[in-house]
Amino acid sequence: MNAAPTDAVRGAAPGPLFEYLLRIGDTGLVLAQRLGEWVGHAPAIEEDLGLANTALDLLGQARMLLSYAAEIEGRSRTEDDLAFLREESEYRNATLAEMPNGDFGDTIARQFLLDAYQVPLYERLAGSRDTRLAAIAAKALKESRYHLRYSSGWLVRLGDGTEESHARAQAALERLWPYTGELFDADETDRQALADGIAPDPAELHADWSARVDVVLTEATLARPPESRYRWYGKRGRHSEHFGHLLAELQFLQRSHPGARW
Amino acid sequence: MTQIRDWPLYEIFIRACGGLDHKHVGSVHAADARMAIEHARDVYTRRLEGVSVWVVRSSDIAASDPAEADALFEPARDKIYRHPTFYDIPKEVETL
Repeated sequence: MNAAPTDAVRGAAPGPLFEYLLRIGDTGLVLAQRLGEWVGHAPAIEEDLGLANTALDLLGQARMLLSYAAEIEGRSRTEDDLAFLREESEYRNATLAEMPNGDFGDTIARQFLLDAYQVPLYERLAGSRDTRLAAIAAKALKESRYHLRYSSGWLVRLGDGTEESHARAQAALERLWPYTGELFDADETDRQALADGIAPDPAELHADWSARVDVVLTEATLARPPESRYRWYGKRGRHSEHFGHLLAELQFLQRSHPGARW
Repeated sequence: MTQIRDWPLYEIFIRACGGLDHKHVGSVHAADARMAIEHARDVYTRRLEGVSVWVVRSSDIAASDPAEADALFEPARDKIYRHPTFYDIPKEVETL
């Protein structure tokens, strides 16, 4: 499946699969980085471990996706080159993943909105025509189902909790909601990946996501925020003002000590 | 309002892969049983230690009093005939 890159491939534009792998891989990488910021700061040691476990799951998924992307690209870059040595505009994560942690409610809301997206995404990618991507998705799916269980549980506790926790969860949801449109807004890469049988139809994904989100929001007694017409495009390399700071921390070690290893 | 420090303690029992019984492994704080299972999963099964988790509120466990240990357990000490070691095993029985 992954023959060594030929000269014909080398130097050519890497194509929609490369781009698509970066989108889902970077979303996991960036979200893992955000969750990692909680280590040592979570409200209870058990939650500290829970968030760190999720971060490590996402990092593992990102490694598989970025390794594959690097092979597809065929320019002898590695997963580490992609993770640590790209410029800001070369990252393709969904903007939602880079939103700051805020309070625990913000983190849970962000996690929930992305988990509810990743589960149906990986369910469909597990049937991708690209067998390697399908295998990665099948593995990631089990992890993401647990993530969704965890974040749904917490969103219900916060939403259907005290007056304060409800107000904070609702505010978090409203702050983050405008960033969810990007997940399903198909552009040329998404359409090409769909046409090639690599990736699912974003519209179908949106319907699934929407239904899952509504069930949990109802149980959490939270109101679904109105749709926003404004679009963010982290997946095309245009990021929020928060991203540069995140990247500085993510890349610090490799930038300061190039090639550093364990 | 319930604070995190008020979360009750849960005792955690985990059945190892291929194990027959759940074994006590430790405890976690959690708001309720569902959260206790998630915390147990995150704290105690990170290295594939288990395939099943039981949780029980620590306050629901009734325990013997260490001060009564002599009265409760000492009498069994000199009753070696309670061990099934006084039987001659027939040669025909190979795998007992």
